[in-house]
Amino acid sequence: MTARDEILAGVRRSLGVTGHEEPRRQAVADRLARPERGVVPARGQKTGAEAIATFRKYAGAVQTSVTIVSGPEQVPAETARWLSANNLPARLRMGADARLAAMPWDATTLDVSHGPSAGTDLNGVSHAFAGVTETGSLILLSGPDNPTTINFLPDNHIVVLDSADLVPALEDVWARLRAETRSDPLPRTVNMVTGPSRSGDIDRTIFLGAHGPRALHVIVIDPDMAV
Amino acid sequence: MTAAITSPAFRENAHQALEDKQLQAVLGTMRTGFSVKRAEAAAALPEFEALRDSARDIKNHTLAHLDLYLEQYEAKVTASGGHVHYARDAAEARRIVADICRDLGAKTVTKGKSMISEEIGLNDHLEREGFTPVETDLGEYIIQLRHETPSHIIAPAFHLSAAQVEQDFRRVHTQLPPERDLSEPVSLLNEARQMLRQHFLAADVGITGANFLIAETGTSVIVTNEGNGDLTQTLPKAHIVLASLEKLVPTLDDCAQMLRVLARSATGQDSSVYTTFSTGPRRAGDADGPGAYHVVLLDNGRTGMLGTSFQEMLRCIRCGACMNHCPVYQAVGGHAYGWTYPGPMGSVLTPSLIGVEKGGHLPNASTFCGRCESVCPVRIPLPKLMRHWREKEFERHLTPATTRSGLALWGFFARRPWLYRQATRLGAATLALAARGRGKFAALPFASGWTQGRDFPAPEGRTFQAMWAAEAGKRRRAGGKPGAKEQNP
Ligand code: SF4
Repeated sequence: MTARDEILAGVRRSLGVTGHEEPRRQAVADRLARPERGVVPARGQKTGAEAIATFRKYAGAVQTSVTIVSGPEQVPAETARWLSANNLPARLRMGADARLAAMPWDATTLDVSHGPSAGTDLNGVSHAFAGVTETGSLILLSGPDNPTTINFLPDNHIVVLDSADLVPALEDVWARLRAETRSDPLPRTVNMVTGPSRSGDIDRTIFLGAHGPRALHVIVIDPDMAV
Repeated sequence: MTAAITSPAFRENAHQALEDKQLQAVLGTMRTGFSVKRAEAAAALPEFEALRDSARDIKNHTLAHLDLYLEQYEAKVTASGGHVHYARDAAEARRIVADICRDLGAKTVTKGKSMISEEIGLNDHLEREGFTPVETDLGEYIIQLRHETPSHIIAPAFHLSAAQVEQDFRRVHTQLPPERDLSEPVSLLNEARQMLRQHFLAADVGITGANFLIAETGTSVIVTNEGNGDLTQTLPKAHIVLASLEKLVPTLDDCAQMLRVLARSATGQDSSVYTTFSTGPRRAGDADGPGAYHVVLLDNGRTGMLGTSFQEMLRCIRCGACMNHCPVYQAVGGHAYGWTYPGPMGSVLTPSLIGVEKGGHLPNASTFCGRCESVCPVRIPLPKLMRHWREKEFERHLTPATTRSGLALWGFFARRPWLYRQATRLGAATLALAARGRGKFAALPFASGWTQGRDFPAPEGRTFQAMWAAEAGKRRRAGGKPGAKEQNP
């Protein structure tokens, strides 16, 4: 007997089942076909300006800085401003995201290079798939557009979030991914990022910048410039 | 570093821990650290208690249908280009991992935090097989340098001071200038970041644990604050996931429920910094990510827990809340428990996994104050399960006569009244109720079940009486409501 068969047989023996019971199979099939949303906290259930303000509140609570601009054409200037305000070099790494590519980076003095990060980049920029109001989190998908290495290797991570992509909860992210053809299978990596990297392993004190980015800056594009 | 099992020597281990002044100072910070943060996070979310019910129900449902969810999960992993390997025991799991590393011609193996890796003693095995395993979680890295084992499941180096870490870094990072300033703790963090970067970039294989496995999509989930798990699994040629069978949940939505209680119970965070969902290897056209994805599914005694009263223990999501709130853990630390899993969860799990002969002492390391159960996010009745083990141990006549009479552990605490106070103060309300004004404990908090037919005088009677008087006074003021609040005697 293979390990697989032995373990499955062991599970069934312990549970006192054969694996062929129709009600059990039906219960599992139903659960998978119609995922239950369960308890979704009210605190993320906001829309419009309130949603952005709530996102900003929870992002700020975990040391993510947030700026709001009125259109994609303002993202490069805001990026340059943030880098300069933090005394960082005017260099930037990004993937092949078409929304980022369409922005007027040439109008700034930023030195932009493309592709995944090999570990030498100080600053990286990504476009988020979604933002989660409940926790001030960003959802980033792997792929050529926004390589996963840019989320983790640069010291400073800038993430662009379209306010239309702000959803109340993680459950809404799943609903959107399931609705899109690329949801099966999921992208290799779905990152939910809530603040810059940190560790409490030295002296039982929290310090930022353990292995991932030391700083996380979010630029929200909100045509209503609500805040 | 692989744990040699020292669980049978819990009492000796505990004695040593109590003499260790540095350890005692560190453990003293626990009450104001994790516990307070958890309480604040729980209080800030009105839905928290409902989420705990939801988390419990999800795990119960999954365990009741575990065979079917395993089949579904495996099919999804395979469909996304990954491989699932089943391992009956620790030796088989170690062999599978080493074989994968050998097939890839690997030299360096980076590792994210994984309790399963500790459970199966993976690092020693990889070293014996000629590979270089490098722990990348900062706490795990530090204890690997010291050839120690974790003392806490989410804060492995919890027992160490910054000065100790500085000594280790100076001893091991000899390529750095000896005159460098490491007096600030943050400089230690930066040095570890710099050293581990090189390992991340050089590694051939990355091994992580999994907080959850999702049957719906064949996805593994890791939760970290440092980002080390992500660098571990993204940069090398292959990503190996080590997980035990009970990590499964049915759907992505179910996982979202679990995540809400995990971070809050563990560290008091609303969400950990990095929650990462990994499905298969990198796709055609992807700019980065591992070329191969393997999941090693470990049984190691867990199927034997299904269908018994210990099935409930398989709901555990390894948040560490039970040990953070445990007066015994707070008194003796994690190493005294003598194997991978410390605290109340370890006291129940260890005898299940390594046998009652070796782990049977651990369920005695309880005051039965009930704090662990009251904070467990999946509502595992830990005190009840510890009692079950004690009954089993008794039935099998594995217990020395002194322990059977309750005297051994009682004596252990009775000789240390301060420890007794500490161990019972969180459960003071229970204690006051147990004594019922008789000045004696009919049911000792350490020994309920042992004390039937025998009353012990209360230790340090004056202190007890003072506490009792205060409790009684409070009861009178509160209109007969006994001991509703925690009390520091
Ligand atoms: S037993 Fe409960 S409280 Fe303890 S680690 Fe497991 S889930 Fe957390």
